[in-house]
Amino acid sequence: MANRITLEVTRYDPAHDEKPRLDAFEVPLRKEWVVLDALNYIKDHLDGSLSFRWSCRMGVCGSCGMTVNGVPKLTCATFLSDYAPGPVRVEPMRNFPVLRDLVVDTSDFLVKLSKSKPWIIRKVEKPLDEEYFQTPEQLDAYKQFSMCINCMLCYAACPVYGLDPLFSGPAAIALAQRYNLDSRDEGASDRLDILSQHDGIWGCTFVGECTQVCPKNVDPAGAIQQYKLTATMEWVKSLVLPRGASSE
Amino acid sequence: MINPTEYLPKSYHARVSTYWWLSRWAYLKFILREASSVFVAWFVVVTLLQIRALARGPADYAEFQHWLRNPLLLALNAVSLFFVIFHAVTWFNLAPKAMAIRLRGKRLPSIAIAGPNYVAWVVISAAVAWILLRG
Repeated sequence: MANRITLEVTRYDPAHDEKPRLDAFEVPLRKEWVVLDALNYIKDHLDGSLSFRWSCRMGVCGSCGMTVNGVPKLTCATFLSDYAPGPVRVEPMRNFPVLRDLVVDTSDFLVKLSKSKPWIIRKVEKPLDEEYFQTPEQLDAYKQFSMCINCMLCYAACPVYGLDPLFSGPAAIALAQRYNLDSRDEGASDRLDILSQHDGIWGCTFVGECTQVCPKNVDPAGAIQQYKLTATMEWVKSLVLPRGASSE
Repeated sequence: MINPTEYLPKSYHARVSTYWWLSRWAYLKFILREASSVFVAWFVVVTLLQIRALARGPADYAEFQHWLRNPLLLALNAVSLFFVIFHAVTWFNLAPKAMAIRLRGKRLPSIAIAGPNYVAWVVISAAVAWILLRG
């Protein structure tokens, strides 16, 4: 294998540039290097002004999501050698405003995430010296959705979010579902209004790419479709039993 | 509530291309899946016209059959058949995603939900074929 590879990296300086451009950098091609290693090599040796987010470099923190050759990827888990002989195009995550180079503005996601109330809601809290027991089966009911690391690759892959920024989006809905399915949680009816509105689950047309690009196998597309069933059942119940329709 | 984007510096907002669905095969497949509903609707129209012709008597029905043999219509119906099959297969394959059925603490495998759909499809198709072709 050739020992060097070219990276085409998006550059955007909000103080000087009207729109982003691509800069090419040649970096060593090493078997054990991921795209993030190449970006760090550029920053250390070729151009210190290159800006990008990263932290854990082991697929846990969810900071280093970017678009690699058109596909949303965690750059810490994307090997350079898979793209040899190159060039490899590294762009910021799609569907988000670009602040600088590869850094995007994630505020919109954070607002949406908090709206779906991704925490355990209790009507009455147990005293501090009592525990909330959970069987392995009860854990299994939501565990897959709890693996989300908020990397937002699903938002970058979702054409609905790209076209309609009001859409709640895959991760926020999957995380709401994670708490809805938790046996310790009593907040499902609190989340129903925000999830079942037009820009919630019904915005989703089941493209399914969120699930394809998810690095943690969360399956947000599945979570949304399953919640559509739940919301429909709640709606039917509210027709049949106008009072006390809530399943809780 | 404080708007968290209010004090951010200038940023670049890329416009989504009108042809975004051509950028990846997965997106194109999604658009074809959605477009397949047009062909499903077309088959519904053909079936309704067929029933109307049948109700009007043998002469009308013969004329209807003659109309169906038009090469343009044959081509359209061949394309429609392809899309209706595509529609059915993608629907059956997506069904297990939407239905998370748990039995004795374990989630049913996809095949347990998609399988009966396929079996019903084959059985009903075979029954229809038998009724139509036996004479």
